[in-house]
Amino acid sequence: MPWYVELARAVVGTIIIFSAVAIVAAMLGVLLERKISAWIQSRIGPTHTGPRGLLQTVADTIKLLQKEYIVPQNADAVIFASAVVVVPLAALLDYVVLPFGTTRWGPLIFRDLNIGVLYFAATSSLIVVGILMAGWGSNNKYALLGGLRSAAQMVSYEIPIGLVLVTISMLAGSLSTVTIVHAQSRLWFIVSQPVSFVIFFIAATAEVNRAPFDLVEAESELVAGYFSEYTGMRFALFQLGEYGEMFAMAALAVTLFFGGWQGPGLPSVVWFLIKLYALVFVFMWVRWTYPRFRIDQLLRFSWKVLIPVALLNLVVTAYFVIVRG
Amino acid sequence: MLLDWEYVAVFVFVGAAMVSLPFLIIALVSPRSSYPHKRETYESGVAPIGQAWSQFNVRYYLFSLMFVVFDVEIIYLYPWAVVARSLGASAFYSVLIFLAILVLGLVYAWRKGALEWT
Repeated sequence: MPWYVELARAVVGTIIIFSAVAIVAAMLGVLLERKISAWIQSRIGPTHTGPRGLLQTVADTIKLLQKEYIVPQNADAVIFASAVVVVPLAALLDYVVLPFGTTRWGPLIFRDLNIGVLYFAATSSLIVVGILMAGWGSNNKYALLGGLRSAAQMVSYEIPIGLVLVTISMLAGSLSTVTIVHAQSRLWFIVSQPVSFVIFFIAATAEVNRAPFDLVEAESELVAGYFSEYTGMRFALFQLGEYGEMFAMAALAVTLFFGGWQGPGLPSVVWFLIKLYALVFVFMWVRWTYPRFRIDQLLRFSWKVLIPVALLNLVVTAYFVIVRG
Repeated sequence: MLLDWEYVAVFVFVGAAMVSLPFLIIALVSPRSSYPHKRETYESGVAPIGQAWSQFNVRYYLFSLMFVVFDVEIIYLYPWAVVARSLGASAFYSVLIFLAILVLGLVYAWRKGALEWT
């Protein structure tokens, strides 16, 4: 294939992934969040815009597009403005290595990098840079506190995630996400690695700053955390970053533990979406069920519980895979 | 034939353009009006006191320092994970030594009180 055809395909693929994430993850995700929270709290949720309130987030986006963009006079304008691009871009970079399904011509994935899992670990932690930029650049006390808390929290929970990723790649013998999915054709890793899944799920909830680990943007103490000073569409772009990251984490959990796109009967993409939304539902269920941690409890839980357990899990798995297997 | 990193580069640049696209729409449709109070830093309705760029708790720094130590050690585990199976039992015992050093670091930080918030 000539290089310009490949280039065109890469450009089209990028545009498709970005639009799909904006619609499926951000717009539908926010709507689902509002509907599910309403359901859990015995309310109705949005009902007026479109049939059964389905167009609520579309209307919100159009409204936010018309809002004024305000830069606080004390803020560092360059950092303040560029943080808005860094956060969603970092979240969307994860999608390069996520396999969405399979076709006659091979797996449906932007690029099956041979370092896929390591790439995901690297890009998903890039988002903390954007959050720190937003927190520092705003020159707002709430935003700064939110940014610092986020940095401490995300770096602490990255280590258990890294240890789980090593455990799973050792089982599959590869860092490529497609190979990991193929390795689960007989038995999903959730069956053989339940401890890994629990660690991954807890740490992923903390990585995407959702309750009970949402003290980065704790509404009752920090207004909106690191994006307190952002208005209009920039606020919406941070939401895109957050929901994009949450869906990416759920999709990685599907890839690592639930056999990815594999399933009987239905098309592979449908199976992937079913598993993805089931996990996203659990994320939302947890958010509206548990109260928030304090920062000392949060850090203690990561360093004194999750990291030792993840290390032990890695050693035990390695023993059974390498020495016994 | 495009290389792997060239695909990622295309993704980054096209993606940055896509994320910046809303700003074009904002520039065209959003209203503009400015007066001093609007551009003030938000601080629950009162005039902001001092700058936010001041001292903050040193604990945040300590935790990120420890993160660097542990994350670098985990990076060394990735190549091991790929080849561990083909190397056999020796791969397990050698990584055990490596992890023992890692655990030693964790225990040291724990005993020193670096993992406490107060």
